[in-house]
Amino acid sequence: MSNPMQTTSPTFVGMPKFPKAAKKALGNTQQRRNLAHATGVIRAKRARVVGEVPEWEALRLAGAQAKDETLGHLAAYLEMLEANLARNGAQVHWARDAEEANRIVVGLVQAKGAGEVVKVKSMATQEIELNEALEAAGIHAWETDLAELIVQLGHDRPSHILVPAIHRNRSEIREIFRREMGLVGRPAPDDLSDEPRRLAEAARLHLREKFLRATVAISGANFAIADTGSLVVVESEGNGRMCLTLPETLISVVGIEKVLPSWQDLGTFLQLLPRSSTGERMNPYTSIWSGVHEGDGPQEVHVVLIDNGRTHVLADPVGRQALRCIRCSACLNTCPVYERAGGHAYGSVYPGPIGSILNPQLRGVASEVDRSLPYASSLCGACFEVCPVRIDIPSLLVHLRAKVVEAADGTTHEARAMRAMAWMFGDHRRLEAAQRAATVGGRVLGDHTIRHVPGPMGPWTGARDVPHLPTQSFRQWWAKRERKGGAR
Amino acid sequence: MTTDVDPAVRQGRSAKDEILSRIRAATPDVTSPVGARGAAPRVEQPASSRAETVELFVENVEDYKAAVVRVAPDGIAQAVADAVRDVGSVVVPGGLDAAYLSAWPGAVRRVSDDGLSSADLDAIDGVVTTASVGIATTGTIVLDHGPGMGRRALSLVPDLHVCIVRTSQVVHDVPEAVARLAPGAVTGGGHVGPQTWISGPSATSDIELDRVEGVHGPRTLHVIVVDDG
Repeated sequence: MSNPMQTTSPTFVGMPKFPKAAKKALGNTQQRRNLAHATGVIRAKRARVVGEVPEWEALRLAGAQAKDETLGHLAAYLEMLEANLARNGAQVHWARDAEEANRIVVGLVQAKGAGEVVKVKSMATQEIELNEALEAAGIHAWETDLAELIVQLGHDRPSHILVPAIHRNRSEIREIFRREMGLVGRPAPDDLSDEPRRLAEAARLHLREKFLRATVAISGANFAIADTGSLVVVESEGNGRMCLTLPETLISVVGIEKVLPSWQDLGTFLQLLPRSSTGERMNPYTSIWSGVHEGDGPQEVHVVLIDNGRTHVLADPVGRQALRCIRCSACLNTCPVYERAGGHAYGSVYPGPIGSILNPQLRGVASEVDRSLPYASSLCGACFEVCPVRIDIPSLLVHLRAKVVEAADGTTHEARAMRAMAWMFGDHRRLEAAQRAATVGGRVLGDHTIRHVPGPMGPWTGARDVPHLPTQSFRQWWAKRERKGGAR
Repeated sequence: MTTDVDPAVRQGRSAKDEILSRIRAATPDVTSPVGARGAAPRVEQPASSRAETVELFVENVEDYKAAVVRVAPDGIAQAVADAVRDVGSVVVPGGLDAAYLSAWPGAVRRVSDDGLSSADLDAIDGVVTTASVGIATTGTIVLDHGPGMGRRALSLVPDLHVCIVRTSQVVHDVPEAVARLAPGAVTGGGHVGPQTWISGPSATSDIELDRVEGVHGPRTLHVIVVDDG
């Protein structure tokens, strides 16, 4: 029996397939402009700081090997992590799926009698839609990362792993802050401009009262170190440090693939992640804590380890490498498809190339969007080049396309078209008949370009023009030439 | 998600056991024993000289728009006084060498940390701490929150962080810092203390990926580099 997949979260149920959502996104000129600017800036920054490190390839290999070591022996490393966390005074919980993880976290918050929590940016909690579960239980969840705050206040969805509000520009952010901040706390200053410095200051003032007041914080973790029982959060703004330090209770939701074998592995990953992610030599703040530290920070520390489809990914020896991902988002920033379509079209909290291989493995290929994701790529290979843990995304995309086709069992348009082609090419008379038909079409249409045809070819022509039909085929030309006696 | 199973029944079975058995079932192809890769490889950039390492550290810390001053050991007190002169109040962690405070400006209120609340800290303008390690290639300062560094909140809530780093604490690259900060090396025992790795003042690139210094953490980082050989 295979391991259970992840259930698609309510937010993304019924997402249209990628080409449809992408086409809509392509029509949003403002978003395209914002994305082209932002991804261009970060690509240049990354290239500069990666270029400073001559040993980069050796680092990538070391990163991939460390992750493969844990993924190959995940049970052993998770048990080591649990034992060391417990020794350090943390309470460890295990969750098979999103529903179980949310139930555990909501229960822990309710046990503390807290009506609100402050949150550090976390992909895992987005994936399980923890905020929705908390709100349903009457608990306010305040996102404190600036981009997450912009998304939350804008009643929007994240479109990038690292910069969830990458699709918004400064004047849109100013409008959101002016309109929404006052409804949930300290309002934005009356004279707020769209200068990034002023916008950041508005966030500082708005969130400060929440940091000082909250008794429970929720985080994820970038790394969980098995041999010391330590969690690591890598961030920039200091909102992470506020959440990890000031409240009395800290709950960290951690995917089981986040575990690193040893403390020494940090030496590799703290070089790979910041340079790949924000294009900095090092991110402003990295917090490392190991359970409860007497007299310093939260005195009640919980860690919730979640599966939620990860063991399903693990079971595919080829696809398993997707679990090496450290969520740096370099593959998004370099992807020509992501740059144009944006993150929302991927129908998941994991967009871009990594999302195209992760979602169909975590959730399976039953839904339209997950079936279409392995095709949301030109296979240009740029994502593999920049991946700090050497995930061979292009090969995995091909691997997953095969799975999608297998699952469809010959009922796709492509399969039908290929069968028709085989029948036509199988007999020269059929081929000649088809070619005669095409050249008649060519003579009728002349230079007129066909931009769209109905029927099975419709999706293909949705983004392309039909090639001009020839007025004669090679066979017709050859036959005519032979009849004339030809010039030899 | 199997919705037809009663949550209580599901909880009755151990989630841990189920996840671990899923994992074991998922990797029958892996035959190497745990730890077969050996110790984590140490990939780092080589240093050409101590002087170059310290120069690089200063250059990279300044690149983050932190203020850096270099002093001889007998210049620490004056450098601390100059760094705090323009603020109203400064908190000082336990274990900070009293000699560093000997030139303290009279107009600046000095507060010691005797269990200050978060709200108390929010009303204080600055903090003076030492550090544990400096990293040249990245311009990073690491606090392991031992004596002279205080608990984590101290170097977080006030808006000015004055940090004293000795050149003897500066290593060249990240793996060397990780080795120095390993649990055994820090505490002599198994439990690693909390650590904060600081690279410049708090910053964000969340608005159009434009870097802005100063969000929630200290908006001014003032580093005093002490040449102690």
